[in-house]
Amino acid sequence: MSEQTKFVEIRHAQKSFGSLEVLKDISLNVERGQIVGIIGSSGSGKSTLLRAINDLSPLTGGEIWLEGVQVNKTLPHRQYETHINAMRQQVGMVFQHFNLFPHMTARENVTMAPKLLKGLSQADADKLAEEQLDKVGMLERIDYYPSQLSGGQKQRVAIARALAMKPKLMLFDEATSALDPELVEEVNLVMKKLAEEHMTMIIVTHEMDFAASVCDRVLFMDQGVVVEEGPPEVLFKNPTQTRTREFLRKHLEGAN
Amino acid sequence: MDLELMLKVYPFFLEAAWVTVLLSVLTAILGLTCGTLGAAARLSRFAYLRFLGAAYVSVFRGTPALIQLFILYFGGPQIGIQLDAFEAGVIGLGINAGAYMTETIRGAIIAVDRGQREAARTLGLSSWQATYKVILPQAARLMVRPLGVNLNMLIKATALVAAIAVVELTYTAQRYIGSTYKPFEMFLLAGILYMIIIYVTGRGVAWLDRKVQIT
Ligand SMILES: Nc1ncnc2c1ncn2[C@@H]1O[C@H](COP(=O)(O)OP(=O)(O)O)[C@@H](O)[C@H]1O
Ligand SMILES: [Mg+2]
Repeated sequence: MSEQTKFVEIRHAQKSFGSLEVLKDISLNVERGQIVGIIGSSGSGKSTLLRAINDLSPLTGGEIWLEGVQVNKTLPHRQYETHINAMRQQVGMVFQHFNLFPHMTARENVTMAPKLLKGLSQADADKLAEEQLDKVGMLERIDYYPSQLSGGQKQRVAIARALAMKPKLMLFDEATSALDPELVEEVNLVMKKLAEEHMTMIIVTHEMDFAASVCDRVLFMDQGVVVEEGPPEVLFKNPTQTRTREFLRKHLEGAN
Repeated sequence: MDLELMLKVYPFFLEAAWVTVLLSVLTAILGLTCGTLGAAARLSRFAYLRFLGAAYVSVFRGTPALIQLFILYFGGPQIGIQLDAFEAGVIGLGINAGAYMTETIRGAIIAVDRGQREAARTLGLSSWQATYKVILPQAARLMVRPLGVNLNMLIKATALVAAIAVVELTYTAQRYIGSTYKPFEMFLLAGILYMIIIYVTGRGVAWLDRKVQIT
């Protein structure tokens, strides 16, 4: 590792579900502190790519590296489990449908993993929960159950839950797609705050304005390939590929 | 209808009802144990365990419980298994109930949204940690009602052990018919007592179901 280690490196990612090839030889690097947006129509492979990064949806070819460590290593089952659990602790993930644990309060959602995996005392865990929930503006609801929260509030708790593990990298898979329009902004604000703190993020989104305002780079995916990528001002204003233009045109039409 | 006779034999039926209750409780405990192991096997990542679990379920749900009891009680001694009637009743019915409970428990576990396991694994929890911290607490809530149905069936199935002469409610009714020649009254009395047992159990299950629901 004499050459400078890349932060996130995706090498020739390939993924098939049976005969359906969903990712076709995707290579991509993300530097520390960078915010990368992924856009593309439904079914283009965005979620699959994101879920490959923490091996939730294992690749059928290619490699994922995080800070010089290969994530999707081939190891005997037990060793792989130990390895992947350690890797996943460093990568936070936020889902479209929140996936909060419904039998736990916001506090318990946030503290469960740190207590279990890092051996935090109850006092330290409580402090952590307060800190993280305060950051997403949910401190007042710390002892509420998910069923007592709105969609936007749930997603903010889910972000706090991910942040409580102190990840190096955050993955967002359409974090606001399941929300009523009026609840989108509160979640976007939390993500913007993370951006200001230089959290490294990969954000799959349908919101072009949001992507344009927070991302350093935006990738347009179609049918399992990255068709085009670049800084948002270039990709959105002057796309070079026909497919990108088509997508953006349709998307902007749809938005109005 | 001979009410006087019913009142006279009632204490003996009540005693027999307690045998039915004891039989039900022991059968339920064994059934839950087998059901838990069966469900774990059916959901295992090892194919041979999944096969064993599936075979258990199809064999014990695919044959009459009465035949299973007869094989165990009458056929057992031939292959070196000596059990008294009560033991054979509990073991036979318990293993039978376990096959049904296997499917109930498995059903509740797979009914938990798969995003729950994904969220837990994403945080770095191991498969087992995700199971006991996230999946099982939710599955437990989902399985109370269907296990209540299994329990209801199991209590009624204890009547089968009359066929191997365990002195429980049904057997007691048959015995008193032999001396009184009043099958209507005797079976009615037994039926009433079964209904009480099942009613009380049903209320217990409903109470538990309310208690475990998330606020
Ligand atoms: N578990 C799966 N089994 C089979 N096909 C899948 C599975 N997950 C995703 N796919 C398919 O892979 C393609 C890409 O899906 P996905 O990555 O979810 O797209 P996106 O997030 O861009 O909408 C789709 O055609 C989808 O149907
Ligand atoms: Mg998707």
